Amino acid sequence: MAEQRLLLDSTLDSVEVAETAVLRDAEAIGFSEEDLHQLGMAVRESMVNAVVHGNRYNARKKVHLSITKAADRLTVVIADEGEGFDLTCLPDPLAEENLLRQSGRGLLLIRAFVDEFQVRRGQPHGTEVRMVKYLAKAS
Amino acid sequence: MSVKLTTRQVGDVTVIDATGRITLGEGATIFRDTIRDLATKGGKKILVNLSDVSYIDSSGIGEMVSGFTTVTNHGGQLKLLGLSKRVKDLLQITKLYTVFEVFDDEAAAVRSYS
Repeated sequence: MAEQRLLLDSTLDSVEVAETAVLRDAEAIGFSEEDLHQLGMAVRESMVNAVVHGNRYNARKKVHLSITKAADRLTVVIADEGEGFDLTCLPDPLAEENLLRQSGRGLLLIRAFVDEFQVRRGQPHGTEVRMVKYLAKAS
Repeated sequence: MSVKLTTRQVGDVTVIDATGRITLGEGATIFRDTIRDLATKGGKKILVNLSDVSYIDSSGIGEMVSGFTTVTNHGGQLKLLGLSKRVKDLLQITKLYTVFEVFDDEAAAVRSYS
């Protein structure tokens, strides 16, 4: 397995950098075009959460990206240095009363587009998101 | 490439032809400003043509929902036209198919406004 680590600034440009880096590795493994789209979207949503909601664009805080390539899967870990959040406190975007809310759908889309998804408190702070997309399941 | 929006009239329906990506940042902002501008100027029948939109993220979806609410609050109707399979999938995942009226055919969409 080959791991690549990147330390990214808390800017929207970093969203593009992360998406490009992940898709380069995913393409090398042989994911289909549709799977690349889904993986790219999951990474984009996670990066936006890290930059906007986690680090709040703070120039002193970084986003930590790890991409691990294996023959049958790609594992992406995105960690911010923000305050962290409690998943159970987030409103359900599929509840009738929340359908017209402007925001709050990012995690829903990430869950839909990868095979494994975990969120945990970063150490010593922040939020760490781990996503896995399998080649076999996807194609 | 961000999103490019052009508007045209088909009878009393304002059609917004969108091209490009509706994502966090400029794309979502342009989309929001255009819808709000039309709604505040009295546009009641607005049809958003997404045939040439290659990518929408959760922020873009949020702006579409916000646009729907803005137009509805001004007494109008905002409907969608020409969704790609990927955009249809997004509406399915987010249950927004229950909110938006969606059409594949422009003439049928124009006729649907009351």
